Amino acid sequence: MTKIAYYPGCSLLGSSREYDESLRAILPGLGVEPVVVPDWNCCGASSAHMLNHDLAISLPARILSLAETLGVDEMLVPCAACYNRLVVARHDMAESPDLRARITDITGMKYAGTVKPLNILEFLEKYADVIKEKIKTPFEHDVACYYGCLLVRPPKVMKFDRCEDPQTMDAIMAALGAKAVDWAFKVECCGAGHSIARTDLVGKLSSKIVDNAVNSGAEAIVVACPLCHSNLDMRRNFINRAAKKKYTIPVIYITQAIGLAMGFGDRELGLNRHLVKVRFPKKPAAQVRPETITTAPAPQTEQTEEA
Amino acid sequence: MSVATKEESGKTILNDLYEATGVSVSRCYQCGKCTASCPLADEMDYTPSHILRLFQLGLDDYEDTILGAYSIWVCLNCETCYARCPQEVDIPRMMDFLRAESVRRKKVNPRAKDILSFYKTFLDSIHYTGRLYEVGLIAAYKARSFHLLQDVLMAPRLFFLGKLKLFPHLIRNRKSLSRIFKKSFSKRQEAVK
Repeated sequence: MTKIAYYPGCSLLGSSREYDESLRAILPGLGVEPVVVPDWNCCGASSAHMLNHDLAISLPARILSLAETLGVDEMLVPCAACYNRLVVARHDMAESPDLRARITDITGMKYAGTVKPLNILEFLEKYADVIKEKIKTPFEHDVACYYGCLLVRPPKVMKFDRCEDPQTMDAIMAALGAKAVDWAFKVECCGAGHSIARTDLVGKLSSKIVDNAVNSGAEAIVVACPLCHSNLDMRRNFINRAAKKKYTIPVIYITQAIGLAMGFGDRELGLNRHLVKVRFPKKPAAQVRPETITTAPAPQTEQTEEA
Repeated sequence: MSVATKEESGKTILNDLYEATGVSVSRCYQCGKCTASCPLADEMDYTPSHILRLFQLGLDDYEDTILGAYSIWVCLNCETCYARCPQEVDIPRMMDFLRAESVRRKKVNPRAKDILSFYKTFLDSIHYTGRLYEVGLIAAYKARSFHLLQDVLMAPRLFFLGKLKLFPHLIRNRKSLSRIFKKSFSKRQEAVK
């Protein structure tokens, strides 16, 4: 078992617990043991940097300092929002010694900058070969891989994949047996932080994403971020209202897709916790003819209703 | 660029912006790509390129116009503008600065009060417990914004899906969080003054 520092983040203890459950379900199969960062705090998410820059760097800096006490080089951060804040904090402190001195004064903790946060896709990419070996039932569905904002932007700081058309998740899904559809909204914003204060805007932005995924022939949207998931899944009413349609396309975490391919049950992966039921209507057909899907673009009409 | 109006300290907001963030508005050549990329540009009163133009021209009252803009609160920091800007103007960082300034100088657009309430409630939640407690966040936000009924109908369903926690997670060393909050807010005041 390889040990890796693990920073779950607040969402994974609450509204996105299925992400944590599915990740913990697949990790032993990959030979990885997660060691939770002791006494971790919230990264501050968008609210901190919206109002106070020092706070927005100090909160992640405390997490990085705590992770350093574990004596590891890498920390797995499944939440894309936490990952973004941690990488930005680490980058800014490396760039500016003044800032670093100010932040360590604020936190009152030693900071060496030795722990590198890993996002879920970087992490899974490293274990791609192991995952392939563990596949029991290939995940033969057409999926729209949705990356969102936080994994790829700002590209200068994130330095992850191609910022307008990333491929990491597409490659992982293809290895599971899925077909990653070509679609236009891979890195568009879902509305993230406005989920509570301006839910109408979330409905508007997310409806464009769901609509494009459905029209591109996807049976499911695969995500790697709890904010994207909660907006596309929990806010589906607002999406349907904004689009004046009834979308039934499920939204799953990439860890759940891997778990399904590895043969885990729905409950072990928390698939029962979604508001939009995870069903694949085309499943029998897809199993018979996994390669002929491109010739039949029609099935999507059953998922949408004209207003 | 014309000479901008001055705040009581004798420094313009433009200087403050540059000192605090390193963002130089004169780099912008008004191609408008940021505005074209912005997913919420149509909800804004002043689009990102328009705000940069206000800075560049520095006409009378431009500070109040910018700090009182609804746009700076509509902005989600999705960073699309920055990723695509040919001149690499860090607009999201500028927006962060403008929001903090807008609060400090009490110029927040009245339409933005719900959005600001949400951010403040969020920070309060992590200030006292160390981690975000979603149920507490939503309850406190309702109390602050008076949107009492919003989202309540979803609660029972979320509870049965196991997504609602009845109690917050408290971290052990909450003092260190208090320290971070106290110092971050006091430092910023010094830096800006």
